[in-house]
Amino acid sequence: MLATLVRTTGSWQLAEDAVQDAVMRALDRWPRDGIPPEPRAWLTVTARRRAIDLIRREAMRDSKELAALELRVADAEPPDHGVVRDDLLRLLFVCCHPALSVEAQTALALRTLGGLSTEEVASSLLVSPATMAKRLTRAKRKIQVARIPYEAPSPEDLPERLQGVLTVIYLMFNEGYHASGGDGPLRRGLTSEAIRLATLLRELLPGQVSVLGLAALLALHDARTPARLDHDGEPVRLAEQDRSRWDRDAIERGLALLGLALRGSVARPDPFVVQAAIAACHDLAPTWEATNWPAIVSWYDVLLTVGDTPVVRLGRAVAIGELHGPDAGLTALETVEGLEGHLPFVAGRAELLARSGRVAEARDAYRAALELPTNAATRRTLAARLDELG
Amino acid sequence: MPQYAALIYEPGDPDWSAVDTPEKQQMLADYGAFGATAAAVLRGGAALYPTTTATTVRVNGGKGGDVVTSDGPFAETKEVLTGFYLMECADLDEAVRWAAQIPAAWYSGIEVRPVIDFGGSES
Repeated sequence: MLATLVRTTGSWQLAEDAVQDAVMRALDRWPRDGIPPEPRAWLTVTARRRAIDLIRREAMRDSKELAALELRVADAEPPDHGVVRDDLLRLLFVCCHPALSVEAQTALALRTLGGLSTEEVASSLLVSPATMAKRLTRAKRKIQVARIPYEAPSPEDLPERLQGVLTVIYLMFNEGYHASGGDGPLRRGLTSEAIRLATLLRELLPGQVSVLGLAALLALHDARTPARLDHDGEPVRLAEQDRSRWDRDAIERGLALLGLALRGSVARPDPFVVQAAIAACHDLAPTWEATNWPAIVSWYDVLLTVGDTPVVRLGRAVAIGELHGPDAGLTALETVEGLEGHLPFVAGRAELLARSGRVAEARDAYRAALELPTNAATRRTLAARLDELG
Repeated sequence: MPQYAALIYEPGDPDWSAVDTPEKQQMLADYGAFGATAAAVLRGGAALYPTTTATTVRVNGGKGGDVVTSDGPFAETKEVLTGFYLMECADLDEAVRWAAQIPAAWYSGIEVRPVIDFGGSES
């Protein structure tokens, strides 16, 4: 709804005000008068009316009456879409305006277009909710004060906005794949939307290496979805998944994309391509034990050369834990900084400690993991691990 | 007559679009007073939004190359450019005398730079 209004009014601020106003009215009226038969349509119509009012008020000063009139027929005739035809993908490119930092672009896009809460955006970008709220406020203010235009991007705009768009799609998928809130460990809506967007991007920018890499990465991860939950809906760790349930077609698709991407990135490795290569190593392994850990560790070494982040170091430490044993994994983990509030780090460390026989420390680590925000199913699994330690 | 740009630098990236404290109110009054006193030499000027709203533009590969925009000011410094005046003065001494009356000079600093006269319309 916000997306449509931004498109038809051409103003982020105005659209947001109008939607917020409509929601306030709904909160006020629905409990009293009952929820209308089509709540979404009600909200859309109310927000649209509010937007027209707001534009009229502007018109007193500016003579923007025409804009208000046009808004009423906007649905009948959508404005120029430029080169990106899909609504959501186009708005992603709009959000990723290069005058905003990539951090601000992704935060804004995840919040307004990805449908994530501020808390979820914060956790997926590994910052505190307060920092995230500040970042969002700052970005919105810059959009308003510096008048960053809302415009359908032209073909030459795409390359410099691509990094932000890819990051947003990747994080949307991640949030769907490891939901940080709610009851379930999966949010299929988000993962399938991310895959759809990646597919559209491939059509838009054929042969672009990062796009191929992202599409491969998503397919190779998504292939494991059928095995990621057991019969009771509890998450199953990669090591214990029934690999016969993995989606072979998705793996084939992912591998084909990865092949194309690798051929295009011989000179300079691309982070998405390398992550896809790691995912492929897992997907190709018949069992967890038979995984090609030396290959995974060396892909992580490549990944470190293009982006030395704590999350990459964490993945590498886990792989080293498999290749050379838990103590080596724990040593590698000591070089990871700043992930104390990040569940995969805390849970991964707990796991290595347990395997290494350091039971008391493992217990503390599992308890710390249970303090962190996650979905109910993952919480139960962590609690079960803690129980096993006695 | 030569012109000088008086560049106003302040610590902490203040936001002059919101006069929300008594201190800022006082400061704004001080600037108003300076504007009135210096009216005869002032040829222009502006207050700028904070650097959090700044965009830096570079063209990679020179003229006609890729336009690269980035979020933030040209240089990250402790004191930031928050505004400027364009003053027409007889000489640098006069420009400095005026600059000393700009409120930011009292707690931060003003950079005075002579403006190049390319001839043109001036006789």
